[in-house]
Amino acid sequence: MRIDWMDVGTIADVPVLGARVVRTADGDIAVFRTADDQIFALYDRCPHKGGPLSEGIVHGRSVSCPLHNWVISLETGAVEGPDHGCAAQISVTLDGGRILLGLPRATRVAHG
Amino acid sequence: MRDKLVLIGNGMAGARLLEELQERAPGKYEVTVFGAEPHPTYNRIMLSPVLAGEKTFADIVTHDRAWYAENGFHLKTGTPITAIDREKKEVVAADGARTPYDKLAIATGSHPFIIPVPGKELPGVITFRDAADVDAMLRAAGSGRHAVVIGGGLLGLEAANGLLARGMTVTVVHLMATVMERQLDDAAGYLLRRELEKRGLAVITSANTECIFGEDRVQGVRLKDGREIPADLVVMAVGIRPNGDLGKAAGLTVNRGIVVDDGMFTSDPAILAVGECVEHRGQSYGLVAPLYEMAKVAADQLAGVSTAAYLGSVTSTKLKVTGVDVFSAGIFANDKDSEDIVFRDAARGIYKRIILKENRVIGAVLYGDTGDGARLFQLLRNGDDVSAERDTLIFGPGFAAGGAAPDPLEAVAALSDDAEICGCNGVCKGKITGAIQSKGLQSVDEVRAHTKASASCGSCTGLVEKLLKVTLGDAFQQDSVKPVCGCTTYGHDEIRKLIRVQEMRSIPQVMQELGWKTANGCSKCRPALNYYLLCEYPGEYRDDAQSRFVNERNHANIQKDGTYSVIPRMWGGMTSAAELRAIADVVDRYNIPSVKVTGGQRIDLLGVRKEQLPAVWADLNAAGMVSGHAYGKALRTVKTCVGSEWCRFGTQDSTAMGVALERATWGSWTPHKVKMAVSGCPRNCAEATVKDFGVVAVDSGWELHVGGAAGMHVRATDLLCKVTTAEEVLEYACAFLQLYREEGRYLERAWPWIERVGLDYLKRRIVEDADSRRALELRFRHAVSFTQKDPWAERASGAGAREFSPLAEVTA
Repeated sequence: MRIDWMDVGTIADVPVLGARVVRTADGDIAVFRTADDQIFALYDRCPHKGGPLSEGIVHGRSVSCPLHNWVISLETGAVEGPDHGCAAQISVTLDGGRILLGLPRATRVAHG
Repeated sequence: MRDKLVLIGNGMAGARLLEELQERAPGKYEVTVFGAEPHPTYNRIMLSPVLAGEKTFADIVTHDRAWYAENGFHLKTGTPITAIDREKKEVVAADGARTPYDKLAIATGSHPFIIPVPGKELPGVITFRDAADVDAMLRAAGSGRHAVVIGGGLLGLEAANGLLARGMTVTVVHLMATVMERQLDDAAGYLLRRELEKRGLAVITSANTECIFGEDRVQGVRLKDGREIPADLVVMAVGIRPNGDLGKAAGLTVNRGIVVDDGMFTSDPAILAVGECVEHRGQSYGLVAPLYEMAKVAADQLAGVSTAAYLGSVTSTKLKVTGVDVFSAGIFANDKDSEDIVFRDAARGIYKRIILKENRVIGAVLYGDTGDGARLFQLLRNGDDVSAERDTLIFGPGFAAGGAAPDPLEAVAALSDDAEICGCNGVCKGKITGAIQSKGLQSVDEVRAHTKASASCGSCTGLVEKLLKVTLGDAFQQDSVKPVCGCTTYGHDEIRKLIRVQEMRSIPQVMQELGWKTANGCSKCRPALNYYLLCEYPGEYRDDAQSRFVNERNHANIQKDGTYSVIPRMWGGMTSAAELRAIADVVDRYNIPSVKVTGGQRIDLLGVRKEQLPAVWADLNAAGMVSGHAYGKALRTVKTCVGSEWCRFGTQDSTAMGVALERATWGSWTPHKVKMAVSGCPRNCAEATVKDFGVVAVDSGWELHVGGAAGMHVRATDLLCKVTTAEEVLEYACAFLQLYREEGRYLERAWPWIERVGLDYLKRRIVEDADSRRALELRFRHAVSFTQKDPWAERASGAGAREFSPLAEVTA
């Protein structure tokens, strides 16, 4: 599958220790920003019950799902602690403050 | 190529077999599992609490589809197997599909026993065996009024209790003279019957059912003595018989159940059987512990340990009826060689009987106080000689140790490592203490997460707690300074004190000064710190949205599908035509799927999408409505009755009092949610005595009650004091809330806080010391002066707008 690097906004658009959502035909993607300005992206579905990870509390390199507090690693998408599972990851790079998501070939980006 | 293992039956025995196999020889077999029911594996013994409404079906699923998938097992549910072709080594499913096997395991469980009386096929006659039966009973409980349960054994009584809890009138019809006669002797059976009758069950013993009558569906049960009992629902719960049908049809040796040897093999060396469908040394079992023991042996054999042998089980029983403690194990029918030790306390409803033979425990029946059950069961299983402790055996090991006050820990410490603690999940003491030590577990929750002990019915939670104490010693005794979370060694109270004395004013500062172990905390400590700082520095501390749970950040309640619910405030439960019209318009305009009246006298709009929230709020604001804070650790509602304005019994204007109370206290953040109510007379229609702060009007003024709850834990309030005027009610309410705000730990409801510090302490601070009360009230009023701003209006007018819109949209 071909990957396109999609410019979805700037790092300043995402709150520190927070997340924003990018809507795609394949479902929402949560874009997270850590305290040290790293950006990570996961599909916005907890592997447990599909909770929106973008609404969770971000800490370190992890996010706690808002529905049942499962802790998901932002770096790998894997569930931490005694539970098991994995959220799907999206490649992401920063280009001078702009956030680029590695998405399957897409045609148009509308900035919100 | 891997050998193929086919398992027929994904019930408790089958799933346990797979679990044990996976521990011994992961991946040795390619495993296919067939289940006749449409569900993944659930804990069948917990169907009773589901029926009683204490648990949901989801709570009792033990192995979900994800578990099967993760372990590489092919699970086919809703697919009954109809035949075993031993020639070709294939099983045949109902749809004709054939699946080959090298090894086959049968775990088909049992059939409910149907007594052969006329009318047994009528609609409305059901058994109590699986999830579908529970569904059928719940449907019947929804429409019918009278239920008859045939069978006063364990299963029948649990079914009866469940239907009673669902609002039906229930009659238990039992053939024998005593209920649960297989587990209880006459005395304990009598106590149990008395307790059940007190709860509203009708119990008819020595009752022989002649027929079940009815035209198109069941209308009643007729007994041999001519009595007729009307019924919209008849539950047959007289017992089970092993389901050996498949084995029999395939030509395996089947007596009562499928006959197996000590290695769990049937008469065909390629076929094993485990669980209730089995007959081993002439014995069949209907309880969970033997199934687990069989599963271990079968797993050993499948893994290649040909010496593993099952030697039969000694069983014990506990009745799962909330509030009734019954324990039974072994043999209790007297013969000439057995001796009894009996203890009775009729007033407290306690009865204990231990049956000895040749100085060994062969049976025990405990009623009302079953705390010693695990120890007695262990003595029974081990066959220990008890002559040395015979004098004090019935009082428990604490007494035997020297007559001092019994130490509950000693009973637990005395258990051997293979003593079963959690019957639901088959977890023994050694596994729990091992996990506590090797994984450094500190709390019941952690033990639950790692071992599953106490994760199902929860009745062993106390034992798990005691094991923590026994294993960790003083380390666990320091429960009071349990760290807030793994990020710090400090407890809640210490952190608050240090925030004050060191004048720390931000979350990063607290983490820096107190040596947090993580860079920016976690979802446990950050919301707590945010609250403590907010409470300490009203008007100064800047609330950190990223340290708020989603609901408080978005000012709405997130639902399971990621949409939100919106609840506007209705002061004291009062509304108006204009408000209702505005709500109706909002529902139409935004296509809101569900509108529900809440228990707190407000209206809930469910299924609102996040991006719709600001517009929905703006429209509600326009009609004068503000956030109800139904999502917050904050004041939720003030429920009221109509009081002296309308009610012929009302003594005071409870509605106006409620409105004034809500106006004075809304918008304040608290350690946990706070609910209030005002009733206009002691009939208490506003249910004020199960609220955090409840006001009940009496002729001479107002009673103030605190510390009630009506959730998972139900607790009636304690009376704080009585006051005369409405102004005093407000003053005391504000003082109470401020004391709770300042001294309650984050996520600690008011009632456990009150139990921790004592009601007397509250009386001293709020009732007896007027200066203290006024100071608290002033601090409360100062704090809410900054937070009584409608968060909806702020966001509807654009604050934090980007939070409610996507960062970008990518279209294909």
